Amino acid sequence: MTVILNQSFTGISIGAVLLLIALGLTLTFGQMGVINMAHGEFIMTGAYTTYVLQKSISNAGVSLLVALPVAFLVAGAMGALLEWLLIRRLYTRPLDTLLVTWGVSLMLQQLARDVFGAPNVQTHAPDLLTGNISMGGVTFASSRLFILGLALLSVLALTIVLRLTPLGRRIRAVVQNRDLAEVSGIATGRVDRVTFFIGSGLAGVAGVALTLVGPIGPTMGTNYIVDAFLVVVVGGIGQLKGSVLTAFALGVLQSVLEYSTTVSVAKVIVLVAIVAFLQWRPQGLYTLRTRSLA
Amino acid sequence: MTTITETPPTPLTARLRVPGAFALGAVLLLGVAPLALSDFRLSLLAKYLCYAIVAVGVSLAWGRGGLMVLGQGVFFGLGGYAMAMHLKLTDAAATGETLPDFMQLYGTGDALPWWWEPFANPGFALAMTVLLPMAVAALLGFFVFQRRVKGAYFAILSQALAAALSIWLIGQQATTGGTNGLTDIQGFFGYSLDDPVNQRMVYFVIAAVLLLLMAAARQLFVSRYGELLVAVRDSEERVRFLGYNPANVKLVAYVVAAGMAGLAGALFVPAVGIISPALIGIVPSIGFVIGAAVGGRASLVGAVLGAIAVAWAQSTLSDAFPAAWTYLQGLLFVLAVGFLPGGLASVGVVLRRRRTRTPATGETA
Repeated sequence: MTVILNQSFTGISIGAVLLLIALGLTLTFGQMGVINMAHGEFIMTGAYTTYVLQKSISNAGVSLLVALPVAFLVAGAMGALLEWLLIRRLYTRPLDTLLVTWGVSLMLQQLARDVFGAPNVQTHAPDLLTGNISMGGVTFASSRLFILGLALLSVLALTIVLRLTPLGRRIRAVVQNRDLAEVSGIATGRVDRVTFFIGSGLAGVAGVALTLVGPIGPTMGTNYIVDAFLVVVVGGIGQLKGSVLTAFALGVLQSVLEYSTTVSVAKVIVLVAIVAFLQWRPQGLYTLRTRSLA
Repeated sequence: MTTITETPPTPLTARLRVPGAFALGAVLLLGVAPLALSDFRLSLLAKYLCYAIVAVGVSLAWGRGGLMVLGQGVFFGLGGYAMAMHLKLTDAAATGETLPDFMQLYGTGDALPWWWEPFANPGFALAMTVLLPMAVAALLGFFVFQRRVKGAYFAILSQALAAALSIWLIGQQATTGGTNGLTDIQGFFGYSLDDPVNQRMVYFVIAAVLLLLMAAARQLFVSRYGELLVAVRDSEERVRFLGYNPANVKLVAYVVAAGMAGLAGALFVPAVGIISPALIGIVPSIGFVIGAAVGGRASLVGAVLGAIAVAWAQSTLSDAFPAAWTYLQGLLFVLAVGFLPGGLASVGVVLRRRRTRTPATGETA
């Protein structure tokens, strides 16, 4: 019983990491259709931001809390710049955004290597997040609980922005019918940039969280990026609830399979399961119904 | 392998242009290069030509069919491993062993894994270099295309496949050599690969395969099927209304491209002497597509030359200036794909269009 509980907690915490990483993609890939391979490097930006802040703020807890908004702004600004320089020219060719942003991702990785050096760096987790919390024989790593909380908080914040603010209404309008939004007086170009800013900023927040569970290095983004895309694909394009459910489902599936087989076999089975799932629902778990034919 | 002339040619030269270019390419590859290049440079060229063979398939599936094949590393790897498994087994047999060297070091026991055994047979191994990648492509392609999974989904699924295969190979240290891969391959069907003469022979085989596949792909492009493939790329719904099944059209292109990548991987092994997970994961898989994109995905010659040029630039510049090369590589992708979707092969067309002020048509990806 405790084994099952422990494994499901591992699964949920894998899911929480997946969710944090995929959340920004739900906006940029899901809503806007941009396959941004540099998303992983925005995650890296968030992680390095934490590292830099910790050098000037010695209290690990404070620096972590400061890092969250700063990483959001830094990664968001990079995303908005990328959108303005390159991506807005490519909205008619979504697949090409993959290759273009891959080029950007290569350059950003090299930049990180030149600035911070090729070897991985470490940050110190705050004391509060280094221990475990035991409850009824089940151990929860505090850092994992923090990530879970952060992921849920991010989902909540994003939901509020998308559902309840004028900006959110404009974002949804542009996604559902760009032309109609344009003739209704919405500056679609500006909405695109803000959407991209938020999506990329969320990658920065994910990067801050990842400093608690893994090494910080120039190639850290590539380790997560494909998994994150899979979450959005399975969840359904642009569907927040789809991404949330899928992230946790994939996390638990991965953790259960890893327990009964090996890490590599688990990866393969998860992929097969995803292909099988897409036979059943080719458009993902949830689909946005619009009147457009596309 | 000449640059395509941009002036409208007269009918006779038009008919001779393609065979002429092909003949020139054959003379350069089979005649001039072996005479002009040192053994070392020729073996490097052999490696680039393997990438060029993959690019022929990419040009078919992506350039003509609009299928972004981001998992070509999988098929390259399957072909490469099938070949390398056979060569490792013959190497071992030559020294009187039954197990390849790495299995004696790290293996789980004295027995050869059951799925290694058939690869001792050269005919089976050779067939598998092509059939195995084609089978995997057929399986994935069937499920994906039949259910009309969208373009971006397909690109990401094929990437995930590349990631999964390389992770799986790394995990099976005892039977696949893990991260190191299958290394230190000595012989090629009884010929020692240490001998420069035999290395030249390998080069000739690779060059001949490339030329043959280019000729075959060219025939496929001008065939009815080639027209249909372009039609599916440009307007899948209309093709469906005309009574064809676009899924089958796409499947054929995907499977053929996979077979070519498998063959390229199989030839890569004797040319370079190694196959490893690092050569087939996500990064190299995107690399296969990038070469073709830079050269010109829709143009066969452009894709092939682009693949050779990028591979050449990679090995020359990355040794001399590793950091600068990475920036340059990134910039190259951004500029070539973002601002010149037809690749370098389309420079002439773009310039002419700008002169005559015809609006550029957006390409559906």
